[in-house]
Amino acid sequence: MNSEISPTAPAASSSTVDESRLRMLWREYAERRGAVVALIVCVVLLAAAILAPIIAPQNPYDLSVIDIFDSRLPPGSVNPAGFTYWLGTDGQGRDMLSAMIYGLRLSLFVGVLSGLLAISAGVTVGLIAAYAGGAVDALLMRVVDFMLGFPAILVALILLAVLGQGVDKVIFALVMVQWAYFARAVRGTAMIERNKEYVEAAISLGLSRPRIVFGHILPNCMPPIIVIGTMQIAHAISTEATLSFLGLGLPITEPSLGLLIANGFSFLLSGLYWISVFPGLLLLVTIFSINIVGDRLRDVLNPRLQK
Amino acid sequence: MTTASAETPILEVRRISKRFARTPDFAERLAGMFGAKFDARVVHAVDDVSLAVKHGEVVGLVGESGCGKSTLGRMVAGIIPKSDGELYFEGAESAMWNAAQAQAAQLAVQIIFQDPMSSLNPRKRVRDIIGEAPLVHGMVARDAIADYVSDLMLKVGLDPGYKRRYPHQFSGGQRQRIGIARALAVKPRFLVCDEAVAALDVSIQAQVLNLFMDLKDAFNLTYLFISHDLGVVRHLSDRVAIMYLGRIVEMAPTTELYATPNHPYTRALLEEVPQVGTGKRIYSVVKGEIPSPLNPPPGCHFHPRCPHAMPKCAIEQPALKQVAPGRFSACHLNDQN
Repeated sequence: MNSEISPTAPAASSSTVDESRLRMLWREYAERRGAVVALIVCVVLLAAAILAPIIAPQNPYDLSVIDIFDSRLPPGSVNPAGFTYWLGTDGQGRDMLSAMIYGLRLSLFVGVLSGLLAISAGVTVGLIAAYAGGAVDALLMRVVDFMLGFPAILVALILLAVLGQGVDKVIFALVMVQWAYFARAVRGTAMIERNKEYVEAAISLGLSRPRIVFGHILPNCMPPIIVIGTMQIAHAISTEATLSFLGLGLPITEPSLGLLIANGFSFLLSGLYWISVFPGLLLLVTIFSINIVGDRLRDVLNPRLQK
Repeated sequence: MTTASAETPILEVRRISKRFARTPDFAERLAGMFGAKFDARVVHAVDDVSLAVKHGEVVGLVGESGCGKSTLGRMVAGIIPKSDGELYFEGAESAMWNAAQAQAAQLAVQIIFQDPMSSLNPRKRVRDIIGEAPLVHGMVARDAIADYVSDLMLKVGLDPGYKRRYPHQFSGGQRQRIGIARALAVKPRFLVCDEAVAALDVSIQAQVLNLFMDLKDAFNLTYLFISHDLGVVRHLSDRVAIMYLGRIVEMAPTTELYATPNHPYTRALLEEVPQVGTGKRIYSVVKGEIPSPLNPPPGCHFHPRCPHAMPKCAIEQPALKQVAPGRFSACHLNDQN
């Protein structure tokens, strides 16, 4: 080698390259105030869900602390024992605030877990279809078409009608109705990515097929997975709420937000709005903020949009 | 440059072909069962090409877009399988390779791509782009990989301080250097440069071309240099092969080819090389468009555009014959005198 080839300076103008990638992402993310607020809401909701046994004023599952004479009290009522029901009580005399925190805990658990399982299943199917091509691709995609051809709620209803109630069964039903979305989206992105030259370079470098598919192609398919993932978690939460509202989701002993709404529904026309409306608002805020976070993540995670 | 010893070529292809066929889908097969006819659309991207490259040689492969030169390069680099023919690496035929030989040949032939953006994985840092393959193949120990990558970056003219960066943080020329370092990391002996400088600025082109020549000596490399740019090829190559619609039409040492082109297509191409100071010129030699490879003309593929076409040219395919020592051309005109 000779010295005429001198190291040249990179084109990037910012001097923040050695800053950790996470911090860079955060800086980008934080440019939108609304997205930061939504993220804070998500974190607070998540923390509340995780810490429910500690922060909830009352354990809604403990029948000994529930007084039937306190039933249907409006928000802000104080019972003779000096306990304040900030959001009122439901038909059984349960503190609505506590019931909502526990309901949120269950709704988030079901939504996030089913979302993650559906992502794993869908991404695997989509990547295999895209990389194998041909008959494998055609077969897998016809299965996906079949799954997407039915309304999600109908499939879930049928599955739950057959399987019965229970948290595990609801999660299974939600995975079944969701994985096909991921499979389709990932296949589309992976088909584009596999034709790029960096994949040919990886083949030329003698890298194994699993390494190319999961190490090279998959990371480049992440933006749509993350966006659809967050949307689908929100969708799973609302589907679960719908199923519970219809009485087919979770058992009455484990009230999720949807079940709380259903419980209050019969009181709605008698002016006891709080039993349904507060869980409904919480559900709305949850889904809304998850969607905003997902949207912003999509923008930030795309390296081609980075400055 | 050309060492005229009788050594075995480092890389040789014999009568190699690549056909891309569009397989009928399910609906068409179903219709086919009831007697409907669908034309089998087969593209002969590379058609019966033979080429041998000696150790240390630089062979230029020139042709218009769509003539199959990149397909040939990808077959040589083991990225796409060949449809027909034989591929020899250091005298051993690819069909006879065992797993270890196949792996060794795969690594020994590396390819540099045209687009320095899409050829680098945008989600990997430079150190991983360069260091992944040698680490996976156990060529370099895990604790030595950082130094190995730094050393390679220096050799291709990159500052090792930038190894934590991502490809999009580099300019086009630097990205091409990353691609070169990635290829060199697996200690190749043969580099296929597929339009490797076509996407770069002219000033950067010269730098990268010089880098190729420096690396050739430093790493004892052999090149197949694919380009549509006759000027670049003339500058680098010992020998030049001209491709037209999947076939090699002429092959000769560089100086002789540029001085006395034999094939009408080569002559037409050389007429078209833009020269400084010529002012306005009418490029009239190559008439018309390159025909569709889906439906190539019979006989000599070039005859519809050839100013010297004879009735025979539309019927019989001319063979690639030796017209002078070391010079080959596929044209019926050579048979007449």
